[in-house]
Amino acid sequence: MSSTSSASFQGTRPLVRLALRRDRVIVPASLAVFIALAASSATATIGLYPTVASRVQAAAAINNAPALVALYGRLYDPTSIGELAMLKTISFGAAMVAVLAMVLTVRHTRTEEEAGRLELIGAAAVGRRAPLTAALGLAAGTVLVLGLLSAAALVASGLPLAGSVAFGLSWTATGCAFAAVAALAAQLTTSARTANAITGATIGAAYLLRAVGDAAGHAGPQWASWVSPLGWAQQIRPFAGNRWWVLALFVPFTIATAGAAFALNARRDAGAGMLADRPGPATAAAHLRSPVALAWRLHRGLLAAWAAAFVVLGLVLGGIASNVGSFLTSPQARDLITRLGGLHGLTDAFIAAELGFAGVLASAYGIQAAGRLRSEETADHLEPLLATATGRVAWACSHLAFALLGTVALLTATGLGAGVARMAQTGDAAAVGQLVVSALAQVPATWVLTGIVVAAFGVAPRLSAAGWVALVAFVLIGEFGSVLRLAQPILDLSPFAHIPKLPGSKFAPAPLVWLTLLAAGLTVIGLVTFRRRDIG
Amino acid sequence: MDSVVVVSGLVKAYGSTRALDGLDLTVSSGEVHGFLGPNGAGKTTTLRILLGLLRADAGSVSVLGGDPWREAPALHRRLAYVPGDVSLWPNLTGGEVIDLLGRLRGGIDPRRRSELLESFDLDPTKKARAYSKGNRQKVALIAALASDVELFIFDEPTSGLDPLKENVFRECVRAQRRNGKTVLLSSHILSEAEALCDRVSIIREGRTVETGTLTELRHLTRTSVTAELTAVPDGLSSIPGVHELVVDATRIACQVDAEALNGLLAYLARAGVRSLVSQPPTLEQLFLRQYSRSQPGSDAARDTSTR
Repeated sequence: MSSTSSASFQGTRPLVRLALRRDRVIVPASLAVFIALAASSATATIGLYPTVASRVQAAAAINNAPALVALYGRLYDPTSIGELAMLKTISFGAAMVAVLAMVLTVRHTRTEEEAGRLELIGAAAVGRRAPLTAALGLAAGTVLVLGLLSAAALVASGLPLAGSVAFGLSWTATGCAFAAVAALAAQLTTSARTANAITGATIGAAYLLRAVGDAAGHAGPQWASWVSPLGWAQQIRPFAGNRWWVLALFVPFTIATAGAAFALNARRDAGAGMLADRPGPATAAAHLRSPVALAWRLHRGLLAAWAAAFVVLGLVLGGIASNVGSFLTSPQARDLITRLGGLHGLTDAFIAAELGFAGVLASAYGIQAAGRLRSEETADHLEPLLATATGRVAWACSHLAFALLGTVALLTATGLGAGVARMAQTGDAAAVGQLVVSALAQVPATWVLTGIVVAAFGVAPRLSAAGWVALVAFVLIGEFGSVLRLAQPILDLSPFAHIPKLPGSKFAPAPLVWLTLLAAGLTVIGLVTFRRRDIG
Repeated sequence: MDSVVVVSGLVKAYGSTRALDGLDLTVSSGEVHGFLGPNGAGKTTTLRILLGLLRADAGSVSVLGGDPWREAPALHRRLAYVPGDVSLWPNLTGGEVIDLLGRLRGGIDPRRRSELLESFDLDPTKKARAYSKGNRQKVALIAALASDVELFIFDEPTSGLDPLKENVFRECVRAQRRNGKTVLLSSHILSEAEALCDRVSIIREGRTVETGTLTELRHLTRTSVTAELTAVPDGLSSIPGVHELVVDATRIACQVDAEALNGLLAYLARAGVRSLVSQPPTLEQLFLRQYSRSQPGSDAARDTSTR
């Protein structure tokens, strides 16, 4: 056993500086996005509900719609403008902060260890606990600054000080908790990809528990919110009582989880995990003889996890959709809901809005899958393949098939899930086909994002983050563009803006056709330039 | 004899640095050709152009009679390549990678595969992420050596292998040559090139500075001679072509140009020889002589004497 003396922490400070140097773009950029998100949520909503009566009406509408409560949480003070303004950002934003904390923590622990760079550092005058301490320090420091600056931005937007601080600290505490979870996951497995998957699944489970607990009535499993750190973030109730004591729940959770990570870190060998690798087959299966077969091996785990999540997503949104209309009585409430989606029918509008959300998520999968092109190249996996009889375009298409057809599969899964859930409630079998088609209408927009990734891969391979930047930009334009009164040409930049809101609206094939052509054009540009450029 | 690889006037620039600056290289069919140079001389860049991974800015390249940039996949059925830094998919086993790479090349000989696994002592059931650098290299070597191809291209193939496995590799290369296969071997390990190569090309700063058989190259440089004479020699230093003469009473040691060897031996014979040791220049000496020229103000002879 290594000692707990200060020697085991030696070298933490230079490691933090190294991490800051490496993250000099990603950390400030994420801070800017989150703070802008918080500030724009506040400024966008304050003007919409000038009177207490209008807020009470809106709050009643939201609290009476289990679908919205499940997605974003409950409003506890119907008169509070702050809580109404920050509803989305408290729960959903906290989950995004958790993702940021995960990325930062795994990036500086298991990723470094897997790449062998930690060994280089471990051989220097660096204590056993220093790398993990430095990674957690960086993540915690980032979410602390994030919370404080977000609070300042909210105060500047005109929201009360105490609530703003409570809001900022809810983000900080959530970030710290999931940085600890990520640190623990990084000790369990030998691959950074798996560590991220474990942490991501934990964040998803925490969000689901909160959704179940919040949507449950008095007789339901309300406790579910209280076993989820994302539920705690909600229960701090910023701008609606500011229950500071809930913050105390995060402390034992974070200390215990981080402590477990340190304990495992002290026991295991460098490079090893707690979940040992099992031996595999000594010879390859007969079908493993083509680039596509290799791509299937590399993509199948990720695709299966996404597909499972999309089926659940479909079942949940199909299941809660029926409740949307029945609870809405006031015209203002109806107006609020219809503004979220199409024009006809509250249920349809709700499903259309949620399928739009599924389209964004499916785009994220497409970007991730197409991003494999560049990561395979930079990991030097491409060179030995291209030194065989494999052609460049054939190889690129093997990964693209998963990016392009994968999003089709995911959206089909969500459409099926939603349709089956609707059918179970209404007995209408036609809902299945209708919702599958509605979900598939999102496909051309997801392909445009994939096309952007491929074009960047061919033309400017260093700009491998172009797909993510475009997705974040399109989502922000879609969410906040009309509130910020951006010009129509800017709003039209987002491919999601052109997808007909199905079900409910008239099916318009024209935008789907030209979005597909645009995606095809971007893909061809990427493939042609990739054929002509140097590898590596 | 046919030439399997013909490269002339190859230029590749990255911004203002010229990685290759008019490089020439000819590899004949059936030979083991050493491609020698220190780190950063342009060896890997050249090999990647030969594989069609990079496009040359100028010069002509022919591999197995074809243009690697235009016909890469077709040519690659006939060659096998082992990169210097082997990186594998972490969740595939070594055995799976060997089969996959072999099949993508057009097939793998299962009997040779199992022989190679045994002689390189590799466990094919381990996931690639658990392999050391040497074991990853073995995976790529076995995948290449078990393929039935005309040309093997190895980029510093033994840098992670222990001396025992290095020997296994040498045996495999010799066996391939006996079967009439051509091997292009980039290396900075001179003993390896000396043990394996029929001909070598030495490159420096993106140019070929020397090429030929080891005998030919040795002819270009000096032989070291030490002798014990019966009497204290006199006037030895006046013989042209004798360098770095050290006289310690009746013992002498010097470096001699190939064309001056006759004159020296005649002189020594006249002086009376008790014992004589003459060593041909090692590749290392050839190499150092080549490279010391690039250092301004240094005397080539000083470097060649360090042995």
